Amino acid sequence: MMASKKQRNRFPLIGIAAMLMVSWALSGCRSVEKISEVGAAVGVATGLLTGGQAESLRKSTVAVAKSFQDFTPEQEYYLGRSVGAMVLHQNNPYPEDALNRYINLIGQSLAMVSDLPETFGGYHFMVLDSEAINAFASPGGLIFVTKGLLRCTRNEDALAAVLAHEIGHVQTKHGLQTIKKSRITSALTTIGIEGAKSFGPADVALLAGTFGDSISDITKTLINSGYSREFEQQADSAAVKILERIGYDPNGLVEMLKEMEKRLKPGGLDFARTHPSPQSRIKDIEKITGPYRPVKRVVARQERFNRISESF
Amino acid sequence: MNGLKMIRFAILFILLIAVASFAEKSKMMSVQVKSSEVRGKPSFLAKIVARLSYGDRVEMLESRGAWIRVGLVTDDKEGWMHSAALTKKTIILRPGAEDVNFAASSDEIALAGKGFNKQVEGKFRARNPDIDFTWIDRMERVQVTHGQMQLFLEEGELFLQGGV
Repeated sequence: MMASKKQRNRFPLIGIAAMLMVSWALSGCRSVEKISEVGAAVGVATGLLTGGQAESLRKSTVAVAKSFQDFTPEQEYYLGRSVGAMVLHQNNPYPEDALNRYINLIGQSLAMVSDLPETFGGYHFMVLDSEAINAFASPGGLIFVTKGLLRCTRNEDALAAVLAHEIGHVQTKHGLQTIKKSRITSALTTIGIEGAKSFGPADVALLAGTFGDSISDITKTLINSGYSREFEQQADSAAVKILERIGYDPNGLVEMLKEMEKRLKPGGLDFARTHPSPQSRIKDIEKITGPYRPVKRVVARQERFNRISESF
Repeated sequence: MNGLKMIRFAILFILLIAVASFAEKSKMMSVQVKSSEVRGKPSFLAKIVARLSYGDRVEMLESRGAWIRVGLVTDDKEGWMHSAALTKKTIILRPGAEDVNFAASSDEIALAGKGFNKQVEGKFRARNPDIDFTWIDRMERVQVTHGQMQLFLEEGELFLQGGV
């Protein structure tokens, strides 16, 4: 009795398999998801999966799509533009063309040897007209450094180290990771609303709300609280790799931190608040690079740095 | 009984293999950045073979480290692109309702212009009229040409990994 029932089941099963084969042949990549749907159905039909297991299989596919990594580079770009605008709301740009060109030449060269050399809108660098010692990296590659931080550098290698550290934050997507999980879920769910033909005004309003909240999550971290020590270590070790790959001396990072330590005011509203102490960072960096040695001077590099440093 | 069970497992096994081999054969990739270049050699300073835009499809021919040798769809040109510019997902440039439904439960495709986009930025700007984007736009327009970069690197005794 049992056996004959199962015998009957075998044919539809083979039929489903055959249909699936045909559908793979006819359609593109997008059939894979449908296959997993049908696959789950097949699993249930054969008794290998319970209904609940099949459901969680489907749900897990959806859940995968709801982490910060699932923002497309395009979405990251739009988040970054607004975060950048917030940074510029609190800091004036320093529109010194030659200086901005110089830091873009260094920064974009460094970005090319980073682990994320291409972003949706590319890397762009700007100096801020501020005495405070600070730097900000927006998601997607908009990077800001203050005059105050540039003054902690005595050579191009040290200046490059500042930019490489910020690129490190971008390539590891530290900014995106400060967005509260609930917002990510909300944003990505709105995008996937069942039956949404195109975004109506209500969807756009909802997304704009989530967008604004995400921007404030990121800017609060960048400007007020700072990243975790772990993220700063990751950015420093990324910086060391980037510098070495292009021929800058990573000791430049240590020299910059030593100078920063002299200049930081305890309790200040800048790096003193948002970053681990320069000393503890130096200790961690020396674990990778070995004990500090003065940066080897390259004449042409030093000459162009000296010329440009007159503007900050 | 055992025979039937084996048949069931065999069918599921075949399904899995089929899905796996399907994924193996699907070597098309999409450009996931605003614009990118296909180059003669795996280096950012190598000669540009073609310029591609967001959503353009290429065929993956070979990978070497972070670089991928790709074939163009539009003609028989080929060259190298950095993997950061590419995704295995299919990017739908003007997604319709079906695409939106599908993308919600799939990591195989990405929808261009959905989610945080220009429209959403516009709404954010309307709500925050004191936030000025003038300098952001200006910042994005600053271009460093590859010629300028090459000179800068040579003068400073710097180099790009993988050579020029």
